[in-house]
Amino acid sequence: MGDMFRSEQMALCQLFIQPEAAYASIAELGESGCVQFRDLNDQVNAFQRKFVTEVRRCDDMERRLRYVENELRKDDIKLPVLSADQEPGAPNPREIIDLEAQLEKTENELREMSANGASLNANYRHMHELKNVLENTEGFFSDQEVINLDSNRMTDPNDPNATQAGAQRGQLAFVAGVIRLERYFSFERMLWRISRGNIFLRRTDISGLCEDEDTGRQVLKTVFVAFFQGEQLKQRIKKVCAGYHADVYPCPSSHAERAEMIRDVNVRLEDLKLVLNQSADHRLRVLNSASKHLARWSIMVKKMKAIYHILNYFNNDVTGKCLIGEGWVPVRDLPTVQNALARGSKRVESSIPAFMNVISTNEQPPTFTRTNKFTSGFQNLIDSYGMASYREVNPALYTCITFPFLFAVMFGDLGHGLILLAFASWLIIKERQLAAIKEEIFNIFFGGRYIILLMGCFSIYTGIIYNDVFSKSMNIFGSGWHNAFNTSTILDTSTHYLQYRPKMSNYKTYPLGMDPIWQMADNKIIFLNTFKMKLSIIFGVLHMIFGVCMSVVNFVHYKKYMSLLLEFLPQILFLILLFGYMVFMMFYKWIVYSDFTDEQALTPGCAPSILILFINMMLNGHQKPLDGCKEYMFEGQELLQQLFVIIALVCIPWMLLAKPLYIMATRPKHIAPPPQSTPGMAAVANGGAHGGSGGGHGHDDEPMGEVFIQQAIHTIEYVLSTVSHTASYLRLWALSLAHAQLSEVLWSMVFANSFKFPNYIGSVVTFFIFGAWAVLTVGILVLIEGLSAFLHTLRLHWVEFMSKFYEGAGYAFEPFSFKSILEVTEE
Amino acid sequence: MNSAWLPPIIITCIWAFIGIICPFFARGPNRGVTQCCLMLTAVTCWLFWLCCYMTQMNPLIGPKLSMNEIMIMAREWGNEIKDSMDVVV
Repeated sequence: MGDMFRSEQMALCQLFIQPEAAYASIAELGESGCVQFRDLNDQVNAFQRKFVTEVRRCDDMERRLRYVENELRKDDIKLPVLSADQEPGAPNPREIIDLEAQLEKTENELREMSANGASLNANYRHMHELKNVLENTEGFFSDQEVINLDSNRMTDPNDPNATQAGAQRGQLAFVAGVIRLERYFSFERMLWRISRGNIFLRRTDISGLCEDEDTGRQVLKTVFVAFFQGEQLKQRIKKVCAGYHADVYPCPSSHAERAEMIRDVNVRLEDLKLVLNQSADHRLRVLNSASKHLARWSIMVKKMKAIYHILNYFNNDVTGKCLIGEGWVPVRDLPTVQNALARGSKRVESSIPAFMNVISTNEQPPTFTRTNKFTSGFQNLIDSYGMASYREVNPALYTCITFPFLFAVMFGDLGHGLILLAFASWLIIKERQLAAIKEEIFNIFFGGRYIILLMGCFSIYTGIIYNDVFSKSMNIFGSGWHNAFNTSTILDTSTHYLQYRPKMSNYKTYPLGMDPIWQMADNKIIFLNTFKMKLSIIFGVLHMIFGVCMSVVNFVHYKKYMSLLLEFLPQILFLILLFGYMVFMMFYKWIVYSDFTDEQALTPGCAPSILILFINMMLNGHQKPLDGCKEYMFEGQELLQQLFVIIALVCIPWMLLAKPLYIMATRPKHIAPPPQSTPGMAAVANGGAHGGSGGGHGHDDEPMGEVFIQQAIHTIEYVLSTVSHTASYLRLWALSLAHAQLSEVLWSMVFANSFKFPNYIGSVVTFFIFGAWAVLTVGILVLIEGLSAFLHTLRLHWVEFMSKFYEGAGYAFEPFSFKSILEVTEE
Repeated sequence: MNSAWLPPIIITCIWAFIGIICPFFARGPNRGVTQCCLMLTAVTCWLFWLCCYMTQMNPLIGPKLSMNEIMIMAREWGNEIKDSMDVVV
């Protein structure tokens, strides 16, 4: 059979590589993605490994790359996305040095430009505030003698005129500055307090927002001028200003000087603006040129780092001339690995080629199943429950079909199936473009596109069989029921309903699916219920028998032939004799009991309930039949049932005791002193005794008490599960009923209202009501019911099917592959 | 051959073709998977159809319809209502 029947055979290989060729060989192996390396140095500290300096270099380069990326993001420059064929390979040592130099240069440039930019911006701000101060203080000084008030003007003490003039003028000094508006009011109060009221404060708000240097946010600021007398007060005021983070600016009192200063400041502002723009341009140019290469560089650095991590796993051999590594390789990929090693050696033109040696081991290898894009979705579903043990039978192969089928039994509507099919087809046709979308929920649907495709196809089929298209039936072959009543009966208004009788009205069986007449019948649900319930049990029992039979495959593969007799046989007998017999009864009842028969005992009125028959079989009870009817369906049924029950009851102690007793009998009497323990899977025992209940790994030293208890748990679990899981399959009926009813309610309560409106109004109303109906159909019936049915089907597979045979004790195969590393780091 | 058995035989033959004959024509690297899928599809779908068919082969109850429905069916589906018939109500 194909690859998916069981997981692939793995081999443990030793690789011997020359140190010069090591980097290139590992690069080639990373591209091929076939080897899962084992860490041979795991007891060594991370800082003491061989290639620690190289890893540090890579970290450094990554840090620089991150910084550049951040700067790019700040300026909203988009990074071009690389397609798969543009992906660069791992860089060789020469390229690494170039890369490092380039990254360093770019980073330094960017840092320098940032620092310069920051200082230029601060300058610009100060100029701007100064300009505001100068402009806004016009109003303050115009009504004063301006010449007197310059506190910063140095008066020449030797000039008697000046001092005299100063004394005459009355020494009013002022301080001008800018402060944040919200701080102004407490600033004012503080000034008032320290000056004991001898201060005169005026303010003008700056219109528009200014940038605050501490936080970088835009705030409201205001210009203030404080008039005061005396040198001491000036010092105090300056201290208060400093405390309130107000910026003080020198402001000349004479109008002419102010005007000149304003002109000066304006010129400087223009200059600054020019410089700022030019630096912004320069920065943009550097960033743009970096952005072109950034994607390539980051991939190269990531690959390099990965290679050095793997090289750290390698051991040096005794002579120091060769690196030794160990890894798991799928047997089918051994030639690929050989080729990759050869290519690596050739790239560095090494004289001694690397070689690979397969070693045998008792450890449990990782589980690897080769999947294509179709089967990978199903394999994921199974792996989510538990990774299969090494070389265990793989349920994913059958899940490809049984999963969509059981979903469709619950979903069963042709119209909704078409919607699913259309959605999945769109996802598949546009596969390439849609693979680039990173959004999480969309990725979930996109990953399951083949699953959805199959679910849609099977839903269309079950929709045909259930004869349900958006809650309406199709009449393709002509209904099998005809009218048997005459005109007077039908036109009689006192009777509201007539029940067709199969003998009179049914003349043929509808060939494909459910007869369309049932869609209109009042007792549709009664009829469909018996059909769907029986259907669910039939499929459930078959699915479970299939599951138990899968355990045969496992037993044969692991060479536990005795388990066939000790475990499989009682399990399958129990299941078939009880529940298989119930399925047989269902088919028998379908065939034998009818309305067309002459025999009284086989008429519909006498048809026994299968559930009651089954319960009576188990409890050895009896039910008094109605007149003319028989209790049992066929001759000898009572005897047969008793026989089945007895054999089934015998199966229980068989399951419970046979295997532990066998283990006890075949286990060697004197157990050797603590066996040289081989890790992982059991060594082949010397007596052929494979202990081991559930885990599948036997240990000779497990005490018998444990074995008995394990087996008891398994027996109870199995016996109870036959009943509970069989009943659990009735969810196929339940969900299918719910879906059909919801669909019908939606039609009759939403869409049918549009038929009540006549003519043109009707068409407009239909348009809008159709919109509402369509939204509800897709939202509730397809999305919510679909998710619900998906979940139930998953549960049926995981619990009811896989618990019969699945071990799931393996670990996944994670090869060293650049593709997966790059994908992980992209998230 | 009784023509009443014709539809079931045709449908069974179709699924038998898909499930038994077609797997021999499977090619390509995924041959095993394709064969398995074809067989499983045929078995499950055929069984599903069979259950539905057998339920309706010997129905134990008939549909319960209102007068309007009976009359509409008589008109649209072409079985007329006769004046006198064998009636067991």
